[in-house]
Parts: sequence; C-alpha cells; structure tokens
Amino acid sequence: MGGPGWRLAVVLGVAAAALVAPLLAPSDYVVGVLTRICLYATLALGLNIVVGFAGLLDLGYVAFFGIGSYLYAFLASPHFGIHLPFLLAVPIIIVATAVSGILIGAPTLRLRGDYLAIVTLGFGEITYLLLINLDRAPLNITGGPNGIIAIDAPAFAGLVLTRNIEYYYLFLAALLLVLGASARLRDSRIGWAWQAIREDELAARAMGINTTVAKLQAFAIGAACAGIGGSFLASWQRSVFPDNFLFTESVNILAMVILGGMGNLLGVLLGAALLVAFPEIFRDFQVYRMLVFGLLLMVLMIFRPHGLLTVQSRREEEPAPGRAAEEEAEASL
Amino acid sequence: MEVLQILPQQLVFGLALGTVYGLIALGYTMVYGVLFMINFAHGDVFMIGSYLGWGVLAALINVHVVGLHPIWVVPLMLGIAMVGAGLLGAGLERFAYRPLYLRGATRLGPLISAVGASLFLQNAVMLTQGARMKVYMTNLLFPRTWRIQVGRVNVSVLVLVMMGVALLMMWGLHLVVQRTTLGRSIRAVAEDREMAAIVGVNVRRVIATTFFLGSALGGAGGVLVGLYYTQIDFFMGYSAGLKAFTAAVLGGIGNIRGAMLGGLVLGIVESLAVTFVNPAFKDVIAFAILILTLVFRPTGLLGESLPDWEKV
Amino acid sequence: MLRLSDVVTYYGSLRALNGVTLEVRQGEIVCLLGGNASGKSTTMKTILGMVRPRAGRVEFEGQRIDHLPTEAVVRRGISLVPEARRIFGRMTVWENLLMGSLVRRGAPAPEVAQDLERVYLLFPRLRERAQQRGGTLSGGEQQMLAIGRALMARPRLLLMDEPSMGLAPALVDQVFDIIQTINRQGTTILVVEQNAAVALGIASRGYVLQNGRIVVHDTAETLLRADHIRRAYLGEN
Repeated sequence: MGGPGWRLAVVLGVAAAALVAPLLAPSDYVVGVLTRICLYATLALGLNIVVGFAGLLDLGYVAFFGIGSYLYAFLASPHFGIHLPFLLAVPIIIVATAVSGILIGAPTLRLRGDYLAIVTLGFGEITYLLLINLDRAPLNITGGPNGIIAIDAPAFAGLVLTRNIEYYYLFLAALLLVLGASARLRDSRIGWAWQAIREDELAARAMGINTTVAKLQAFAIGAACAGIGGSFLASWQRSVFPDNFLFTESVNILAMVILGGMGNLLGVLLGAALLVAFPEIFRDFQVYRMLVFGLLLMVLMIFRPHGLLTVQSRREEEPAPGRAAEEEAEASL
Repeated sequence: MEVLQILPQQLVFGLALGTVYGLIALGYTMVYGVLFMINFAHGDVFMIGSYLGWGVLAALINVHVVGLHPIWVVPLMLGIAMVGAGLLGAGLERFAYRPLYLRGATRLGPLISAVGASLFLQNAVMLTQGARMKVYMTNLLFPRTWRIQVGRVNVSVLVLVMMGVALLMMWGLHLVVQRTTLGRSIRAVAEDREMAAIVGVNVRRVIATTFFLGSALGGAGGVLVGLYYTQIDFFMGYSAGLKAFTAAVLGGIGNIRGAMLGGLVLGIVESLAVTFVNPAFKDVIAFAILILTLVFRPTGLLGESLPDWEKV
Repeated sequence: MLRLSDVVTYYGSLRALNGVTLEVRQGEIVCLLGGNASGKSTTMKTILGMVRPRAGRVEFEGQRIDHLPTEAVVRRGISLVPEARRIFGRMTVWENLLMGSLVRRGAPAPEVAQDLERVYLLFPRLRERAQQRGGTLSGGEQQMLAIGRALMARPRLLLMDEPSMGLAPALVDQVFDIIQTINRQGTTILVVEQNAAVALGIASRGYVLQNGRIVVHDTAETLLRADHIRRAYLGEN
C-alpha cells in the first residue's frame, strides 16, 4: 500500500463522497441508512480505541452506548421535565460517559484478556438489567421496559432537526471529528503506549509506560465516543428502550471493528458501513443475521485476523521469522 | 416463619443445583487449565446437550415405548447427550480454536472465535428447532409425587437423582484425572506444555480429549437441567454458561476441585437469595459474585496460581 | 549415533545456530560447551524437534529426524533432561517418573516397575520421597528426579542441558558421578554445560560452541589441558 499521500487521497475521496451521498440518495429510507452508518461508525471508532488500539477486549461496550442514550433522555425529555439544549447536553454526556468508562474500566485493570472480556460483558449485562428494572416505586428512573419517549430533537442556532438528511450531516460532522481525533491519538504518545500495551503489557510496563493510566484513558475516550453515539441515537429515534442495548449490539459493534481490522481506521468505517448496510439489503434474511455474524467472526479470526483491508501496522511482519515462531509453537504442540 | 420452614428444602435444592453448576463448570476449568482460554461457547454446548436429551426422550415417547423408567431412560439420555456434546466440543477445538492458538499471536483470537461460535450455535439451534421452548416430559419419568423423606426434609427423587448423577460424574472425572495416564498427561500439559511434549505427550491429542471430556460433562449438565426445569430454549446456554463460569472462577479456575466447590457455593447462595431476596435478581447475583471474585480474589477460593501473563 | 550437519536454526528472527556440525557415537559421553547465548539450548531444542532447522540435517541412528515432531523424536529413543529441570511440581515424584515412561506405553507393567527400581537404586532419596509433590523437593533432588524421569523412557541417547546449574559444588560432583554411572550402564550421553571443567572430566570428547558455530572440537583431555582455549572461549580464569 502506498504512503501517506495515497492515504490522504482515499480519505478525501471518502469524505467527499460522504458529503454528497445523501443528495444522490434515491429515497429518504436510504438517507436513513446512511445516517445509521455514521452513527455506528462513530461507535465503532470508539470501540476501536479500546479494542483496536489498546487491545482490551470490551464485550460490554453497549453499556456506554446505553448510558449515553439514557442520559440524553434524562436531560432532554418530559421524563424528568428537564429540557437542556442539545449543545449543552452532549458535552455533559461526554464527560459523564467518560467517567463511567473509568469506573467500569478500573476493576478490570489487573485482569488478563479473557477475564477482561467476561467482566466487561458482565457490566454490559448489569447495565441492561438496571435499565429494564429501575422503574419500580418509589422512583421511576429508567422507564423500565417501556423506555423513555418524546425525547427532544436537537435544536441549535434556531434550527430544529426534523429530516433524516439534517441528522445525517450532524452525525457526519461528529464522525469526522472522532475520526480525526482517533488518527491524532493513534500517532500520539498515548497511541504508542496503547500499541505497546496491546503487544505485550509486561514489556510495556518495563519500558516505563504507566499502563494503568493508559488503559483508563482508552476506556474513557472509548466510552465518550459511545456517549456521543448514544445521545445521537436518543435524539434521532426520539426514544430509548432497554432492548436497544443488548449484548448482541456489543457484538455487532465489535464485529465492525474486527471486520475492518483492529486499529485500522478506514477499515473500521468500512466495517460499519457493511454491517449496517447488509442487513438492510438482506432484510428478508433478517432471521439469519446472527447466525451469519457468528460464522463471520470465526472465519475472520482464522483467515483474516487483520481485517478485510489487510493492514500493515507500524511494524511490518516478515513471513520467515513468523513462520519459524509458528513452527516452534507447532513443534512444541 | 414459612420461610424458615422451606429453608432446609431450599438448601437441599441449592446443593443439588450447585452440583450441576459444578459439573458444567468443570468444562470451563479443564479447558482453561490446558489452554488458558475461556471457551465462551461452552454454555451453548451445554444447551445442545440439553436438546439432545430432549430429543431422545421425545423420540421414545413418540414411538410409544412402554415401560419408561428413569433407570434406563436417564442413562440413555445422558449417554447420547454426552457423546454429542463431547464431539461438538472437540470439533470446536479442532476447527475454530486450534488454528488460532497455534498461531499464538493474539490472545483475542480464540476468544472472539468462541463468541462467534456461541452465536452460531445459538442461532443454528433456533433456526432448526424453533424459537419456542421445548418441554422435557419429566413427569413421565419422575412423577411429581415421587418424593422421599430424608431426615427433616421432603425431597423429590428427581432432585436426588440430579445430585447423584452430577456427583458420580465428578467423581469419575476425578478418578480419570488422578489415576490414569490420560489424566496425568492432562495435568502435565496444564502445568508445563512444553515439558509435556518433551516427555512424549501428544499435546494436541490431549487438548482435544480435554475438550471432549469437559464438553461431555457440560452436556450431561444440560440433560439434568432440562429434567428439572422442564423448559429449554436455545438461549439457555448464555445464562447457565455465565453461572457455571462464575462457579469455575469462584473456585479457582483451572482447579477441578475448585470448580466443584464453586458450583456448590453458587448454588446455595443463589437458592438462598431467591428465597430471601427478590427472585428477579437471580441472574445478577451470579454476575455480582463473578465481578467481586475477579476484583478481590482473582485466584478464587482454591486457586493456586494467578491466571496472568506469566503463563504461556 | 547422532549427527548434526551444518544445522542453521532461527529463533524468531535471530540466527541462533549458524551451521553446527557435531557427532555423538554410541556409548560416548560428549560435551557441548559454551557461554551464555552461544546456542547450546537451541541445539538441544533442534535435536528434539522443538524448533525446526532452516538448513542442515539432524540424523539419529542413520535416519533423519529434523522434520519430526517432538513426540516422534522422543519415541525414537532420545530423552532430554532440560535446563532448570522442569519437573512437574504439582505431581508427586512417582507420577513424574511415570510420566517419563509415557513413551513406553506398550511396555508390560513389570518392565516399568523394573525401570522404577533402577531409578530408585540410582537415587535412593527419590524412593523416600516417592509420594511427595515435586515442588517440595530441593534443587538437587529435583535434578535427580529430572534425570530419573528421563531414564524411565529407556533412552538410547540422553541429552542433558546444564545439569550443574544452580547446584552446590558437592552436589555437582555427585550428579556427574551418576551421569558416568548411567553411561557405564549403556546410555550414550550428550551434555551441554557452562561448567567446562566438570563436564570435560567425564566426557571423551568436547565441542565448543560460540555464536552458533563450533569453534573447537577435540578430545576432552586436550581441551582440559588447553588453558588458552578455556579462557578464550569459555571465559574461565
């Protein structure tokens, strides 16, 4: 693959296409799909920071998505009677979800990959259970299985969003911001720290990296992205329900990251696009969706662990030594 | 006051449930012991074992077999479920995990593949067997009135059988692991894989056999759970799997006796919580115990070594 | 009996063995000497099939073994007493020894019992501790257990990786006496050692390995007496 010049060209091309896409779309339904792609791409980029950059397998990412969504519902709906303006609510939610990311990430710091996955999964499930059950007397917090409805639409600069295309540009703007931030982070000191941790945490610590801080940062930033996505979902769907935030959603977003190649930003965007578009295209085969998902994950890990766009990470891997190590592992097996 | 009256009953039930949890937990712990991997799909293997058992019973009923008595029907159900589940587990190892852990590169690989396998199995069963639950006609084997008095407690024979079968299997596994060459090979691989190869252990075959055994036990658990709760569905592997995993971690993952102990503790705690607290939070209890254990005592109750990066 | 010809082995991307040629004849004790990171352990691993050589050949009793998996190599009659002993700490002494006889799975029980006896005669301390867990043994006892475990396979060639490491001098002498006894009982031995003096004391021939190459090869006597060689390659004074 070519150097930075090539990359920039692709990015600009994609950005241009994204700007023009809804205008060329054949129907509002398609615009809606494009909007969803932007939303999920933002989420996937957030998870990419946790899984792709830092190597922390978070199976409960949907928790942050849900927290962000419900927070927006609390702050901008008749539920509690609070109606904060969009531009005020979102930053608050970003901070709040980042904090929740730290809170949920903190217990996992000493855990190894598999355990981290299970514990985060547990937190995701607990979040769902809380969302669906915290509606008993005396205080109905979450609205229970019926969720919260009649959420305010985003309003700023005198404009109230009503049409899909308006949401699209809002989400696209946020997506581009998150994309830019991801790229900056990746190439920054934090990004290098994350990569070191992903490769070999013990070695990273030996090099003087404060892995605790780095991991918490990953969780916080990843959660913040989910918080953005969550507020967007709530303000677009104008409602939130616990069933929006099931474990399968975590898997969905994870699949986008894996499909794209963990750590590869463009790949993640592609993954999001594919995994949102395909179910729409194959609407009739909706029932097979999770089946195909499961198969996809298995097949991907075996044949294409670096994602669809074979990413060359900062270190090129030579085939020969790799094979020697593989043979060694094989021989000792 | 009523609560105190049913307490002994609940304790017995908790004990029985606990032994079954322990049985399923063994699958997790054995695999973790040899591969340091959590077989996320183990719960779904358990679920398929349950469906296999149901299938056997349903077939027997459909063909109007006379003289259905648990003494031969239950072993038949168990046998078929265990072989089926065992083969499934071994198949998963061979095709979904082995290509990945051989590569050794990323830890995430086998785990993600396992998540994929879990989804695949759940949905495969849902699509082929239907999303609605299946019913175990347990009362044809264990009439509801078939109870006996053990001391101050009046228990159903079914519960006793459940506990007995689970204990028997655990004891069987214990014998295999402690007394046979295979068992020693498994322990050797779990302790030092490379050294095991140096003394001539066929490590690949041992790992495959471990998967088979662990999965078979999970399948047996599936039959027992099906017999007791009578309703099974394609999703049951998820919560049962998480609970069994909690039991394994609680006892000290990789440790066989730990899995049994963890199962018992979890079963009793859950049973008591359901009695004295809100039954709705039954599942949260397992999660809570899991998280608390992992945060405060990751080695578990009987764990000997920290499951961390020092291991291969 | 054992012959390595121009073996080149990589360890990851590092070239650990750079064309190693050596030979061990039946009934001998041969020692392979060298400092740290000279390639001694890699040589052992290559022979055993734990790493595959990039070039060159490894032949045992006339047949190539460099492409075989470890399990098959061990079955052919080569056993390794690894560096740092690596006994199974969670198993008892008896179980460790039984693991050693794994490759003789088809052998009748009385033969295995015989092998066990032989080991206990060589190492009476092990008989006393037969039911104790390996992890509770002292360093010297673990070394004996590691050797005993390797012997249970009735190997025709015994590889030993730094048997003196971590042992007090008195124990080292004891261990090397035992190695000689084993050799007299009919086992060919290849010893890898940093402690050149004691290894050369029992060997008939010695190779010196440096940076993955054999730099010196001579009879043990000559090597023992050639101080300059010892000092240059083995870092001794």
